[in-house]
Order: sequence, then structure tokens, then C-alpha cells
Amino acid sequence: MKKIAIIGAGVAGLEAGHVLARKGHNVILIEQKNTTGGNVRNWDRLFPNQREASEVYQPLIQQAVNDKLRILTDTVVMSAKYEKNTHRLTLSNGETLNVDAVLISSGFRVFDAHRKEEYGYGIYHDVITSADLEKIMAVNQKVRTTKGKEPKRVAFVHCVGSRDEKVGNTYCSKVCCVTAVKQAIEIKQLYPDAEVFCLYMDLRMYDRYFEDLYREAQEKYGVTFIRGRLSEVAESFDDRLQIKTEDTLRGKPLKFNVDMLVLMTGMEPTSLAELLATEFNIHRGDDGFFTPEDEHVNFNISRREGVFLAGTCKGPKNIAETIADARSAAETIINYLK
Amino acid sequence: MPDFGYTINKQRVIDLDKNDGQTVRRVRQLEPSINICIGCGTCTATCSANIFTEFNLRQLMLLVTRGETANLRKDIEKCMLCGKCMLACPRGVNTRNVLLAISRIFTENE
Repeated sequence: MKKIAIIGAGVAGLEAGHVLARKGHNVILIEQKNTTGGNVRNWDRLFPNQREASEVYQPLIQQAVNDKLRILTDTVVMSAKYEKNTHRLTLSNGETLNVDAVLISSGFRVFDAHRKEEYGYGIYHDVITSADLEKIMAVNQKVRTTKGKEPKRVAFVHCVGSRDEKVGNTYCSKVCCVTAVKQAIEIKQLYPDAEVFCLYMDLRMYDRYFEDLYREAQEKYGVTFIRGRLSEVAESFDDRLQIKTEDTLRGKPLKFNVDMLVLMTGMEPTSLAELLATEFNIHRGDDGFFTPEDEHVNFNISRREGVFLAGTCKGPKNIAETIADARSAAETIINYLK
Repeated sequence: MPDFGYTINKQRVIDLDKNDGQTVRRVRQLEPSINICIGCGTCTATCSANIFTEFNLRQLMLLVTRGETANLRKDIEKCMLCGKCMLACPRGVNTRNVLLAISRIFTENE
């Protein structure tokens, strides 16, 4: 029986831990937060079919309990040493672990929309993020403005914290486009009379069913898509939000007032990424995500022997991709430990 | 010969072979960041000059790259060079300098 430390108990860490435990390995999950399950725990429903997120994360959490994995929450790795095929990890709880392999599945964090100050997050109460909207939906199953009214007009802003040189994130976060379409539909399902807009630069409906969802948003729900990036948000005379963009297809500046603005915040490497990269001596790209040794074939192997990578710590991924990557990483580790 | 009133319409297609390729080459040389514009329109949306005039920086840059430069000299005069577009651009295009580059080309050609 070999010992494996998994850093990050989100979707990737939990799934890989399960596969490794089933093979009889001794798995220890090290989680920075006080709960397991990762970011998806904050989600209400998933694209493209509005499936409840809990149907995905509850079984993942449960299987770790069933497998009797050792889970250390509120814990981070402070330092790592590698000698004689053993990784010696010093944890924030003072404990030292000697393990045969390490899986880094430290995931992502949601972009902090305060950094895009001109979009008014934290300044105007009815400017929320896509993650906020999921929480609101999960708790209330309804959406209200700060004045307690049903929103009559809602706009979704794509690419907030993604594809934006000004905040230092030049990459596409991949899942926000389809999330915006899903959430736009959800607003229309709750409030059929509401007007819903999506402000986009490019719509990246890359996966199966996404294009259908986009069409459904237009055909069945009447969501209006405007090709233009939001420039700024201000308070309007009637105490709503005035937004400005260019309608690039019309070739004219455009402004309108909305009751609620939803910022589609992208994915960023976690705050731990820098420390982990230094301690384990592994590659990070310019975007801050970890880079495997081979992007096409051996995409779970890092530069450091016995240290493996899985999930969104390597860049934006959806849940199915993350789970597939986690299983692949587990398989790679099993072969490595043979 | 009686005049039947027939005329031949001028083609309105963008003809990249006949358009002004010289200006775009020179602009690209002077301000290469024009190449990375994705036409999102943030510059136009944030522009102070276009509320009362027909000035559209996104479109202007597109016209330059297509060699459609017939009205360019008049168009660039509307810009006040405030540089707000440059602060807002998500791609890091030096939009203000694109304008200055175009202006410089006209001076060079005089």
C-alpha cells in the first residue's frame, strides 16, 4: 500500500482520491477550505441541462466518506521536500507527511469582480456576479433587486476577468458563455415578462448541446444578444443601472438601463498556486495555471518526479472534463507506483 | 443617340487587391498593436467624441486594416486624443497611438 497526498478536495481531488482508494492506496486529502466539494458547491444548477449541482458534488463527497479517506480541512501545505522517492510535506497544522506521490488538484478561484471597478461591483448593489446569482437561486429560488422588486430588465456581461489584458487575464475561461446563456434562460423561466440581454465579444458555444441552448435562449425565451463589451456602469436618473457599450454589429454606441447586472466572472489560479509551484518546483504558464510536461499525451505529469496534476489547476475546465482528467491522473499515479 | 437613363453601378465590394494596402502596412509598422484588435467595441463605447459625431474608433481601425482609407483624413480629426479608449481596451491595443500613427502618415505623404 502506497501513500498519496492529494492537494485540494474539490471535484478533481475527490474523484482521483476515490479511484486511488479503490485500488487499495492510502489517500490523504488536504483542503484549504473548511469543506470539501470545491467551487461547484456554490452552484445551484449546471449547464447545459440545468441539472442540480448537488447531484454531482454530493456523491463525490459521500464516496470519500465511504472510502474512509483521511481529509484534512482548513489545511495547506507549507513546504515540500523530495528525496529518495519520498515527498516530505509540512502542513499548516504542524503535521509532517511522508508520501510516495502527490496529486495537485488545487482548482481555481472565481475572479474577484471588484477588480473591474468600472463595472460597479461592490459599488452598486444590483451588480452581482454569476457566482452570486447561483447562490441566490440555490437559497431562494427567486431573484429580487435590492428594493425587493422582481427585475424587469437584466443584462449579463460576458468575459469579466477573462480575455482582459487590463486585469492580467488574457485567456478565455471557457465556461462563462454557456453559463450566461443558462442563467439568462433561468431568469426568463422565473420572470417570463422580463427583458434579458447578453453582452458578448464572441460566443464560445464549443461543446455538445451548447449551440442548442443558445438557440433555445433566442427562439423559446427571446433573450437578446448584443455584440459589444461593456465599457462602464453608472447610476441612472431613475435609480437603476445605466450601462454603456457599442452595438458593434450596428456600429453605434448603445446605452440602456437595467434593474440588475450579472457579471460572468471567469476562473483564476488559486492563491495557493504560487506557493505550490515553488515548493514542488513545477511549471506555471504566463496565466498562472500549472503546466504539465506534455500537453497532449502525458497531461497529468509535472516536471517533478512523483508529482501529478489534475483538474482546473491546469486551466479552465467544465465538470465532466475535470472528472475525466482526475481519473486519468489516478491511473497515471497507479502506474507510477507499480 | 438617345439617353435611356441606364448607368453602370460601381462595385461596392471591398476589393483587397485594389484597396489602399500601403497605409495599413505603414500603420502596422508604426503601431503593431492594431493587429490584435478583436473588434469588441469597448473603445467606441467609452469614447467621448462619438456622442455627437459619427466617430467610431473600432470601425476606423477596421477600415484601415481593410484599406478603406478614402475618408480617413477627415475621420481622425474628430478624435480629441483623450486616451480613454486606450485605458479601456481589453487587448492592450495602443488605440491613441494608432490615431497618431495615421496622422503621421498623412504628414509624411505631404
